[in-house]
Amino acid sequence: MTVNLPNLGKDLTGLEHLTPEQIRLILDTAEPFKEVSERPIKKVPALRGKTIVNLFFEASTRTRISFEFAEKRLSADTVNVAATGSSVSKGETLVDTAKNLEAMRIDMVVIRHPSSGAAGFLGQRIRSNVINAGDGKHEHPTQALLDLLTIRDKHGKIEGLNVCLVGDVLHSRVARSNIWGLTKLGAHVGVCGPHTLMPRGIEELGVKFFPRIEEAIEWADVLNILRLQLERMEKGFIPSLREYYRVWGVTPERLERSPRPITIMHPGPMNRGVEIDSRVADGPHSVILDQVTNGVAVRMAVLYLLAGGRPELADAAKRGTGAGGGGSAE
Amino acid sequence: MTRPLLLQGGRVIDPSRGIDQVADLLVVDGKIAGVGPGLAAPAGAEVRSVAGKIVAPGLVDVHVHMREPGNEDEETVASGARAAAAGGFTAVCAMPNTDPVTDNQAAVGFIVRQSVRAGLARVYPIGAVSVGQRGEKLAEFGEMVGAGAVAVSDDGRPVASSHLMRTALEYARTFGIPVADHCEDPTLAAGGVMHEGLVASRLGLKGIPAAAEEIMVGRDCLLAGLTGGHVHLCHMSTRGSVELIRRAKAQGIRVTAEVTPHHLTLTDHACEGYDTHAKMNPPLREAADVAALRAALKEGVIDCIASDHAPHAYDEKEAAFDDAPFGIVGLETAFAVAHTELVQGGVLTLPELIARMSSEPAKIFHLPGGTLALGVPADVVVLDPAAQWTVDPATFRSKSRNTPFAGRALTGRALVTLVAGKTVHDVAASAAP
Repeated sequence: MTVNLPNLGKDLTGLEHLTPEQIRLILDTAEPFKEVSERPIKKVPALRGKTIVNLFFEASTRTRISFEFAEKRLSADTVNVAATGSSVSKGETLVDTAKNLEAMRIDMVVIRHPSSGAAGFLGQRIRSNVINAGDGKHEHPTQALLDLLTIRDKHGKIEGLNVCLVGDVLHSRVARSNIWGLTKLGAHVGVCGPHTLMPRGIEELGVKFFPRIEEAIEWADVLNILRLQLERMEKGFIPSLREYYRVWGVTPERLERSPRPITIMHPGPMNRGVEIDSRVADGPHSVILDQVTNGVAVRMAVLYLLAGGRPELADAAKRGTGAGGGGSAE
Repeated sequence: MTRPLLLQGGRVIDPSRGIDQVADLLVVDGKIAGVGPGLAAPAGAEVRSVAGKIVAPGLVDVHVHMREPGNEDEETVASGARAAAAGGFTAVCAMPNTDPVTDNQAAVGFIVRQSVRAGLARVYPIGAVSVGQRGEKLAEFGEMVGAGAVAVSDDGRPVASSHLMRTALEYARTFGIPVADHCEDPTLAAGGVMHEGLVASRLGLKGIPAAAEEIMVGRDCLLAGLTGGHVHLCHMSTRGSVELIRRAKAQGIRVTAEVTPHHLTLTDHACEGYDTHAKMNPPLREAADVAALRAALKEGVIDCIASDHAPHAYDEKEAAFDDAPFGIVGLETAFAVAHTELVQGGVLTLPELIARMSSEPAKIFHLPGGTLALGVPADVVVLDPAAQWTVDPATFRSKSRNTPFAGRALTGRALVTLVAGKTVHDVAASAAP
């Protein structure tokens, strides 16, 4: 039965080390889970009896809620731990946090942490599955996966598309995960923004750099517009939000000059009138809310697969045969 | 006094006097009493055959951190001196970024006393450049030198103010000591945890650009030229720094420089997987930098190897990369790493390596040692250039274990270390039950 189906391994810490097959597996598994959220009773028993801790060392609203919905709709038991600031500032080290979680015999941890590599660090030290919900400037794999799913829904494919990430690529874990995911699935990836917000050597990752938004718009099928953290201005990466909007803001006037309709994406939360004009965010080509909807399905797929669920049984799982059918999460 | 000691039939390498020959070495009353073939053993002498081994001046390390006072759980002067002896070092210079800072004669005297009390490798204190290493007010160089300081440095808290650096270089001239600088522009390096480059971009870690070091190397060379002072540049890491030093030396500026074994052998790829044992400052750079540093060491543009031995408690490196401290221990691996990579790797001859780990560092810091001249205290190391061993941090004499070389197979190690004729390390003795 299980003939060389790819699996995800124990943890999902990023897309850099996944194969294209593994990424497609997650996207394909997400498809049947989309429907669960459309039901009047939004619950399937796939993860019944599993204990999941959502461990958030950084403020987050939508990612945490999205994970929590995904877990609850799969019938898992969930606990939210919101540690504002880092564990270190609380006096407990990440190692101690890990050991304590392990001692409570939980099944999965969803972690967001301000330090790059924190999710992998945790994964190496506990037996439970670890899902990275954003670690520093490193990766935010489920965000990129939901972006991929949304692009695939809209365009029917990913391969061959020109997708441009616009804005603060330097500090963006969303950008890094998107670059890996998109290139692995055969898209052409561009980045656009001020030189001060571009990581060193970015073009060596096979990415095309556009210094000006007009050039990016001319090239792209999809614009994924990154949130500009307001603190970037305070730290001197850009002189002002006003000028940023003037030079790199995505406006209807600029989009009009595109030879084709451009799909507009944004991982949220948006700064309307800074990186994105409201008319674009609310416009006909915006799929920003589809991204949010897909986020729940993608996270259900990741949770299901890491718990040992078999992709070919995802449909059956919805009807109540539970996770696994052979897979062992322990 | 201890018995006379005759080391028989070793290959005696003394770069300070251009000696490289099979010969005997005689130690009487803690001093070198003879070097030459077929020396007669005095009555009652201990005679030890060291055929096939190297007999050399004890190794000298001008840059270590002993953590005493302040962090005695990580290292003390005694434990660091024991690690040094095990690594073949007979003298090391302890940086002043202790807690409290070694910035006055009493603090300097404390290090000297702890060193004498330990009676192992000699530990020479380096005093702070500025009071509290705060970068504001000059520390009392004269009194610190009077108490035993051999140099001044704000290592760990680099001298940001060019004016302070200028003053330090001028003021230090009276006392004939080098000002050792950790070259780092604090505004460019702020928040950085590894080399700024593609690996950092992929890992999502904030980089420290090569220019952060080079700007200060350039500044320090200019200020040494302006003042006539002697600036010693710590742990050089970039090819750009090498070029700046080369140019300054060609102009006759009094600049010397050191490089660590890890900057000569590892690149930023060692940080992959967020390995905190590859987190050091300056950071590991790129292959082109490693190549330039090796060439500079060979050429003499970089004068010596220093370990920047930086012990940390076992659990401090057990953290996310951003949260872990900078630095690694190095005293017990320095010679073997350098020997394996540089001598066996065909970069340096063995006499060249010994020069850069012994006579050269002793010379630039005006330390006794680094020579087998007749009548000097017998600070001697017997090295086995063929010994093959695997780095096991659990066996370190240092109190700390933070090394990126764990599990690495190396060739060459210190068999015997003598300080003033006294055996402070002996592999044969420590292997016995």
